[in-house]
Amino acid sequence: MSNSTKIGTEQMNTDQDNIVIRINEMHKWYGQFHVLKNINLNVKRGEKIVICGPSGSGKSTMIRCINRLEEHQQGQIVVDGTELSNDLKNIEVVRKEVGMVFQHFNLFPHLTVLENCTLAPIWVRKTPRLEAEEMAMQYLERVKIPDQANKFPGQLSGGQQQRVAIARSLCMKPRIMLFDEPTSALDPEMIKEVLDVMIELASEGITMLCVTHEMGFAKTVADRVIFMDGGEIIEENSPQHFFDNPQHDRTRLFLSQILNH
Amino acid sequence: MNNENTSAMNASIKPDYTVGEHPDLPPPSNTVGTIAWVRENLLSSPANIIMTILSIYFLYKVLPPSLNWMFFDAAYVGEDRNACRAVANGACWAFISERFQLFTYGFYPIEHRWRVDLSFVLLVVAVIPILFDKTPYRKYGLIFAMVFPFIAGWLLTGGLGLAPVPTEKFGGFMLTLVVGITGIAFSLPLGILLALGRQSNLPIIKVFCVSFIEFIRGVPLITLLFVASTMLSYFLPPGTNFDLLLRVLIMVTLFSAGYMAEVIRGGLQAIPKGQFEASDAMGLKYWPSMRLIVLPQALKISIPGIVNTFIGLYKDTTLVIIIGLLDPLGIGRASLSDTKWTGLSNEVYLFVALFFFISCFGMSRYSLYLENKLQTEHRK
Repeated sequence: MSNSTKIGTEQMNTDQDNIVIRINEMHKWYGQFHVLKNINLNVKRGEKIVICGPSGSGKSTMIRCINRLEEHQQGQIVVDGTELSNDLKNIEVVRKEVGMVFQHFNLFPHLTVLENCTLAPIWVRKTPRLEAEEMAMQYLERVKIPDQANKFPGQLSGGQQQRVAIARSLCMKPRIMLFDEPTSALDPEMIKEVLDVMIELASEGITMLCVTHEMGFAKTVADRVIFMDGGEIIEENSPQHFFDNPQHDRTRLFLSQILNH
Repeated sequence: MNNENTSAMNASIKPDYTVGEHPDLPPPSNTVGTIAWVRENLLSSPANIIMTILSIYFLYKVLPPSLNWMFFDAAYVGEDRNACRAVANGACWAFISERFQLFTYGFYPIEHRWRVDLSFVLLVVAVIPILFDKTPYRKYGLIFAMVFPFIAGWLLTGGLGLAPVPTEKFGGFMLTLVVGITGIAFSLPLGILLALGRQSNLPIIKVFCVSFIEFIRGVPLITLLFVASTMLSYFLPPGTNFDLLLRVLIMVTLFSAGYMAEVIRGGLQAIPKGQFEASDAMGLKYWPSMRLIVLPQALKISIPGIVNTFIGLYKDTTLVIIIGLLDPLGIGRASLSDTKWTGLSNEVYLFVALFFFISCFGMSRYSLYLENKLQTEHRK
């Protein structure tokens, strides 16, 4: 066996192993309405992907299929070696590994910030309380709000709440983070503080899929930008090519609408 | 010209503070204090002024005579009605004090009444840690509260070394408390389960819960009590002696649970979808997610409705009179037929009303306290 072929197969193997999310010919319907059409997407470990597209294009629905908040009816989704099906065990396994940040934060209003962060580690991962609290404080420091730990979510600003939501997801030590329009519900001056946290997170090697219209963020962190319209992936490319040289008319139209005003 | 004008005006209202550093000033004196309160609440408009005057006139007409009848012209001791009448022309409270034991214990044997008293003391000990989360040694208090129903059941009915007392002897306030508290304690958990069952994805559970709730809501409590007292014995094998009070307790509990379920369902539906999604996304399973995230919020929203159902249940305990159990109202009615004390229905009903009012008002105040305590969001 020659040296070069050996390297070649190894390269191929690591490529295969490196794919953490594999979506294969996936379709989804809401009743009669065909929302996702033939989605094919492979995400490598550590890859940062930004998904954009007009509203109603199915981008949120697609990432919500990855942790089974939405069911798909046809095709295959494999997350870190576990296929998503009606098997509740598999769904549990996947949800432990996949963190999600929502547009409207969805913090638990009756629990303090700290309790929000320790809830899942204690009840899902069975981490002892003290250990969970220590870890939560570390993550709250990382998102720069350790001093708010004993407040209730309702006492924080939108930006702070979203940073708590990010810390809460990180406390489960997920391998994959899904962001569903994390800055869309925020006042303009708070968007930056959330994006800063996300950029820092991206530099640490976690796999990220992010639905957002923050094109500056996409240019800074994305390895790949995906453009969706009408339930289909229309175009995917590196941010450089995507913004400088969009291939499809619809992409060009979309970019002209969000960039020139 | 115009320009000149504005600049002149600007000059005349030139601020005497640095812009951006305006000091905090106290509010004008006519917006705070007693005078402001009177103006705001009693005299804010012509209609309000008329209402205030009418109210004062009404109180003037009603309050002095009622107070006279109840306290100043009332007789507190006396052998019988005539003795009362001889000393005062107001209320005859001697009647109530003579019958007080009966009102409290019903026909519970006198030599065993300490068991009722002890149960009441233990009840207070059991309830305090449930109501107030700052109670010292709360953990042990809650454990005690779990075993309290068994201790109370044993103390009241006897057995295991205590002389047995048949439940037909129960009556008065003690009966109200037994039925009311048992109903309250068991209808809440049952109602929660029914509400969750009604929302369930499993068709069998859902159909069962829906039909149970709809049946309960479609039938008056009195009917259920009649079923409990008469018809159940047809369904049970002959010879089984199923205690009447126990049947009543079961019926009252089931009845309130049906209403409770609907109140809690309202609370469940008010929880935003995002809360369910967030707990799903974190990998929480159904029961932890309900217990830790959904129910605490849903129950908080439902507090007014839950307490409403509790109060309704508590007052409905008076219906047991229909099947021959003597609650305070029944005792009162029975006492009224005593020839020594004829015509004292005002005193009796006022006394019973006072007892119910204190209990129910207490519940209502506690629910307000709880709502305030659980308020973690800033209301705008």
